[in-house]
Amino acid sequence: MIEFDHVVMNFGEKEVLKDVSFSINDGEVFTFIGPSGSGKTTILRLIDMLERPKSGKILVDGTNVTKIRDREKIRVRRRMSMVFQKPSPLRGSVYANVAMGLRFRKVNADEISRRVSESLELVGLEGYEERKAITLSGGEMQRVAIARAITTKPNVLLLDEPTANLDPVSTETIESMIGDLKNRLGLTVVLSTHDMVQGQRLANRIAVVIDGRVGQIGTSKEIFYQPMSHAVAHMVGVEDILDGVVTENEAGLAVIDVNGVRITACSDASPGTAVTLYMRPEDITFYEKDSIRSSARNMFAGRIIEVVPIGPMVRLKVDAGVKLTAVITQRSFEELGLALEKETELTFKASAIHVVERKDTD
Amino acid sequence: MANEIIDGIQQAIQLIVTLNPEVMDITARSLYISLSATLVASLIAIPVGGFIHFKEFGGKRGLITIIQTLYALPTVLAGLLVWLLLSRAGPLGFLGLLFTPTGMMIGQIILIVPLMIGMTLIALSGVSQTKQDTVISLGATSVQTVITIVKEARFAILGGIILGFGRAISEVGAAMMIGGNIRGYTRVLTTAIALETSIGDLPLSIALGIILLLIALLVTGFLFLVQER
Repeated sequence: MIEFDHVVMNFGEKEVLKDVSFSINDGEVFTFIGPSGSGKTTILRLIDMLERPKSGKILVDGTNVTKIRDREKIRVRRRMSMVFQKPSPLRGSVYANVAMGLRFRKVNADEISRRVSESLELVGLEGYEERKAITLSGGEMQRVAIARAITTKPNVLLLDEPTANLDPVSTETIESMIGDLKNRLGLTVVLSTHDMVQGQRLANRIAVVIDGRVGQIGTSKEIFYQPMSHAVAHMVGVEDILDGVVTENEAGLAVIDVNGVRITACSDASPGTAVTLYMRPEDITFYEKDSIRSSARNMFAGRIIEVVPIGPMVRLKVDAGVKLTAVITQRSFEELGLALEKETELTFKASAIHVVERKDTD
Repeated sequence: MANEIIDGIQQAIQLIVTLNPEVMDITARSLYISLSATLVASLIAIPVGGFIHFKEFGGKRGLITIIQTLYALPTVLAGLLVWLLLSRAGPLGFLGLLFTPTGMMIGQIILIVPLMIGMTLIALSGVSQTKQDTVISLGATSVQTVITIVKEARFAILGGIILGFGRAISEVGAAMMIGGNIRGYTRVLTTAIALETSIGDLPLSIALGIILLLIALLVTGFLFLVQER
């Protein structure tokens, strides 16, 4: 169990972490998501005691590691392993690299040899022992770094943006490996990433880090569909953020007035409540007029005011009294004959909207 | 004059290929004194460099600046300093080391230690912070960290050691002042060249000069090989 209790961290004048608190349970994959420079890496470095916080407590299995002596620190650190964003091969063979942590622990040679082979097998690099580490590709080296981290049989594996510098294929390999390792070795995995989708794929729980603060902690479903603030919503790709006022509520189905447009959403908020609506752009669908009957509560006509192709998808901005952003596949876009300035019909479910009460007027 | 030089070079080559005892004796002594000085200087410079690199303390910047200034310590100043220390009236006069090979070693050590500390510092800062963090995160104690990082920088550090040796074997000021150029005892390549040239024994001078150049060539070649790795 790793706990942060009101941790503040400075680099010189700059406050990089502002009052950060969370706790990570044993055996879970816990992911910090945030843009570069938000403080994710610093959190991981603090857990590994590579930095010292300005104030606050950091507890590892109940021990406050900000207050312990070097000898004790090494004892606690030896139960963890960290993989850094930049794979950093040390001089010599892959074997020497992977064996390093065990050598520091003065494990005997036979045991080292056995465990190095075992770890290399776990990362799919069996037989790589004698290769020179610096000759490996980025993806291979990152796998060696993971093997190096797991040979010591840590309880906690810290992964700082492990795939940030890798190609898509290596990224996929590493991602599936992380899930596999966690299951096989029963590790607690603490991961940082700026890749939302990666966070969603791997994590049991996610903490969104924005500008040195933890904006929200929850399951990926909670974070992605029920963001608690504009900042978190933006971060996780919720692009439709609308402010409005509840005008009626019937058995948990609220009608919200947004700039004169009536939107129906699932919420217990009573009439008169100021709320913010969050919706993911994938949840908006388009249809040809009169062509379908839908269970969706919200059906609007609008005009397409922006079209941006993104790979196999298309991002559309539609003016339907309120401006909405939607993402659909290129194929649907073509089949429906959509185009810039064209009038279209769109719909979304009341359950696709996440309603948050607005307390302040920001 | 031109003939004299060509004759000199011919005779010099003869002195070398026939392994002239005096030439061999001077060469061996030069190598012995400078290699010993380099060895002792490494044993001082690498740990001190490591300490300066890994420890944070007040005045670190200033200390590094002083060390860098001492790269250019004039050899005669090092000679003067050691002479003052070792002369009969000096604080270490009782050791009787003036005009001995050991005294010359001390002079050369003083001359090259700053350079070697500086090169060690450059070598160690060439090891990325991520590597250092990796080593620490793998559970290294502070001693294990220092050893691992020094090993990681070993080729660059070796380059610094070779540079120090080059300065030691080629300097003449300290060797002359502390050693006194005593034939068969403290006469080394550089002091011999200075003397033989002044008394007109050009072939011997040239022979010794060629050997000094060859040593420099070997050293540079070795340095090149090391840094290629």
